[in-house]
Amino acid sequence: MADALLQMRGITKLFPGVRALDNVNLTVQEGEIHAIVGENGAGKSTLMNVLSGIYPYGSYEGDIFFEGRECRFQNIKDSERLGIVIIHQELALVPYLSIGENMFLGNEQTGFGGINWDQTYEKAAEHMREVGLKEDPRTLIKDIGVGKQQLVEIAKALAKNVRLLILDEPTSALNDEDSLNLLNLLKQFRSERGITSIMISHKLNEIAYVSDNITILRDGATIETLKTSEVTEARIIKGMVGREMVDRFPKRVPSIGGVALEIENWTVYHPLFTERKVVDNVSLHVNAGEVVGIAGLIGAGRTELCQSVFGRVYGAKISGTLKKYGKPLELLSAADAIREGFAYITEDRKGDGLVLSNSIKHNVTLSRLELVSQRGVIDADLEQRAAEDYKEKLDIRATDVEQQVGNLSGGNQQKVLVGKWMFSQPDIMMLDEPTRGIDVNAKYEIYSIINRLVGEGKSILMVSSELPELLGMCDRIYVMVEGRMVGELTREQASQEVIMGMIIEASKGAQTTWAS
Amino acid sequence: MGKLKGSFSKNIKQFVMLIALVVIIVLFQALTNGTLLKPMNVFNLINQNAYVVVLAAGMLVCILTGGNIDLSVGSVVAFVGACAGTFMITWEWDPYLSVLLCLLIGILIGAWHGFWIAYVRIPAFIVTLSGQLIFRGLTLIVLKGLTLSPFPRAFMSLSTGAIGNFLGGLDPGSGLRNFTSLLIGLVLAAGVVAQQIKRRADRKRKGYSYDSLPMTLLRALVIAAAILYFFWILANYIGTPIVLITVGIVLVVYSYLTSKTVMGRHLYAVGGNEKAARLSGVKTDKIKFLAYVNMSFLAAVAGLIFSARLQSSSPQAGMGFELDAIGACFIGGASAYGGIGTVGGTLIGALIMGVLNNGMSIMGISIDLQQVVKGLVLLAAVAFDVISKQKISLPFLTRLFRRRRQAEA
Repeated sequence: MADALLQMRGITKLFPGVRALDNVNLTVQEGEIHAIVGENGAGKSTLMNVLSGIYPYGSYEGDIFFEGRECRFQNIKDSERLGIVIIHQELALVPYLSIGENMFLGNEQTGFGGINWDQTYEKAAEHMREVGLKEDPRTLIKDIGVGKQQLVEIAKALAKNVRLLILDEPTSALNDEDSLNLLNLLKQFRSERGITSIMISHKLNEIAYVSDNITILRDGATIETLKTSEVTEARIIKGMVGREMVDRFPKRVPSIGGVALEIENWTVYHPLFTERKVVDNVSLHVNAGEVVGIAGLIGAGRTELCQSVFGRVYGAKISGTLKKYGKPLELLSAADAIREGFAYITEDRKGDGLVLSNSIKHNVTLSRLELVSQRGVIDADLEQRAAEDYKEKLDIRATDVEQQVGNLSGGNQQKVLVGKWMFSQPDIMMLDEPTRGIDVNAKYEIYSIINRLVGEGKSILMVSSELPELLGMCDRIYVMVEGRMVGELTREQASQEVIMGMIIEASKGAQTTWAS
Repeated sequence: MGKLKGSFSKNIKQFVMLIALVVIIVLFQALTNGTLLKPMNVFNLINQNAYVVVLAAGMLVCILTGGNIDLSVGSVVAFVGACAGTFMITWEWDPYLSVLLCLLIGILIGAWHGFWIAYVRIPAFIVTLSGQLIFRGLTLIVLKGLTLSPFPRAFMSLSTGAIGNFLGGLDPGSGLRNFTSLLIGLVLAAGVVAQQIKRRADRKRKGYSYDSLPMTLLRALVIAAAILYFFWILANYIGTPIVLITVGIVLVVYSYLTSKTVMGRHLYAVGGNEKAARLSGVKTDKIKFLAYVNMSFLAAVAGLIFSARLQSSSPQAGMGFELDAIGACFIGGASAYGGIGTVGGTLIGALIMGVLNNGMSIMGISIDLQQVVKGLVLLAAVAFDVISKQKISLPFLTRLFRRRRQAEA
């Protein structure tokens, strides 16, 4: 214990309405590569943000000891001073600055009268050699690939005299070759320079390849720390998902009708990088009165699928057929989709779901104002009644419908969002992470609303990263990996182990060339 | 409690601004030894500021769509004035036809701006800055750098002078000499009282929250008294300015448009959260396009009002008008990020600017100092708004407090 480089003890971090971390412990030994695994929302990134000072001391409970000394970081600078450097999944590089400039951003090599450019580029070149990056340090970041950008981040960490390197999903955007290079680089740093690393990853084969120890997080708590050499993949998966299933889901007797929504050979490209497929030849169907789930990791293309179906609000070069009740549809805008009875409830209620500066009333009616207006003039009474109706039906806790949505709790905001889309009278509702960031009781209420909606014969397509939620709510579950549909499971076939196994098997497919 | 706080913080800004307006009026009334509210000065004040109110109504619509401003309005005012002069003075066209053509030109200019902003997605700041240069330049070309005057009488009667006095007065020379103004004031005041009482009755009947009867009456009477006082002042001079009709129509139409129509609701939604609005089926591009078409249309209206008052088309007309309009919106409580703001608030903002201008001019304060004062008032108004709304409070303050707490611990 005495020689542990890092000890985090009893870390608890609360967000409004959510306990993101609950008494988490993490011990990392000097000179090891330590993997952290867990499902989406298990608290991995939050824990790393606590460690690196993004959440300052005082905003969480618990203690951090680095090299035996207690640390109270106020910001990232404090942790970097001790050599703790975090590299986020979304790289933090400025595209229109050069490699050298990025490497010393915030840490500029200044001499008399300003930045010493010779020194900057010389030192940059030196660190680039250490990570095996063969580029001119004057090259702009935008002109090199993602794999090389990742190396720039690591070289940047070296420039800060890194002692503990934290990598959050470092290979998620890399191809196999770049991934292997990166992992080998970490191994080389460990053996040659004694640099300790923490790596967050979903890719169990990479973890097996590179790490010494694995800590498993689940629901914001530490489950266990295992020696990599002593465990199997199945054992890790069990640790990640093996939570107790309590009665968190309201009962429903399914009464499933004919096919309501059919999507065939649906392919979508990224709107900016138009050669990148984000949804790859996906086919699925949803029956009337059915709740169908889509499981997958973040970035599997589930949101992109829903948004491209919903009037093509996302994506480029969309191809495939879309049918509702057997009738082919061409939906070219969100307005088209709403008119044809579609609703899309976004995963990001604050970002693109609600107008926070507007009242509950104005939010509820926004997507179909024509239902409460005549010739473009809003009927104040009709609108008021409609809003109060949904406030009551969904039990939205607010003094009145004039209250500003920005002042409501997350759970109540989510109910406003659901109410808004119920108001639009849809037949097919696509729910994207419908219970993200809300407490257990509010979740139960949302589940009850979903059950009521399918009871009325509506069809629900639900995207969720919480497997228990999908298992508890859905009649059928599709599994998506990297834009592809890799499986379809009935309620009886589906279990967390089966789904996680499918995801891991499918994401591994591409890397078997080297992992064995 | 939550409700009280909610509605209070929602209206606090406008209420404070109204108080500020009253304080400023009283202050300058005292500082100018009563000149500010002299009938002739009030008449002039209205004529001088009519264009600001018209422009600010359009600017508010632009700002609502996401804090976008229009820097071109001063140049558009000048250009439309130049066109009006050319049509009526140089070519001697019919005044009514000319006015219609000028309004059409305004709409076309707006469509030009709107196209680049909404569909090509060039920042409004840049497009309208370019418009500022283009239309100032075109004004000089059209006028060949000269001033055109005078306009035909029919055109000037559209927006200068007073509404004809059909009812006579006590004494045509001085004192209460315009009964028509008094009648207009009485009708409006009675209308306000009736509307307040009806509104309360409606809310009571439908089961919404409503104010007590004395409270409603008190409010109605205060507003009615203010209106009567205003028109009484006007009745002591040559009567109600004609331009007040145009301004009144603009205010009523745009209040209605922003608060009661689907289009208005979409405006607030686009400014409040553009992505959410788009996902809700709002045609966000179209809304932005229309906002700029509307802005230049109102700039054309303001251009006609202004050149009629000036009785000429001048190449220098409208310099800096955009800043008056933008200032009025922000003083009146519009959010610089869009989605928040009302026509009523903007009117208050325009009046604050107008009274400041007029009051300081009467006092003989130099133009340079006036600018400094106006700049500070604008900053103070917006700072008040930002700080009162900020839930996170000022970052440097929290950091300070945390240090202190740590030191204590």
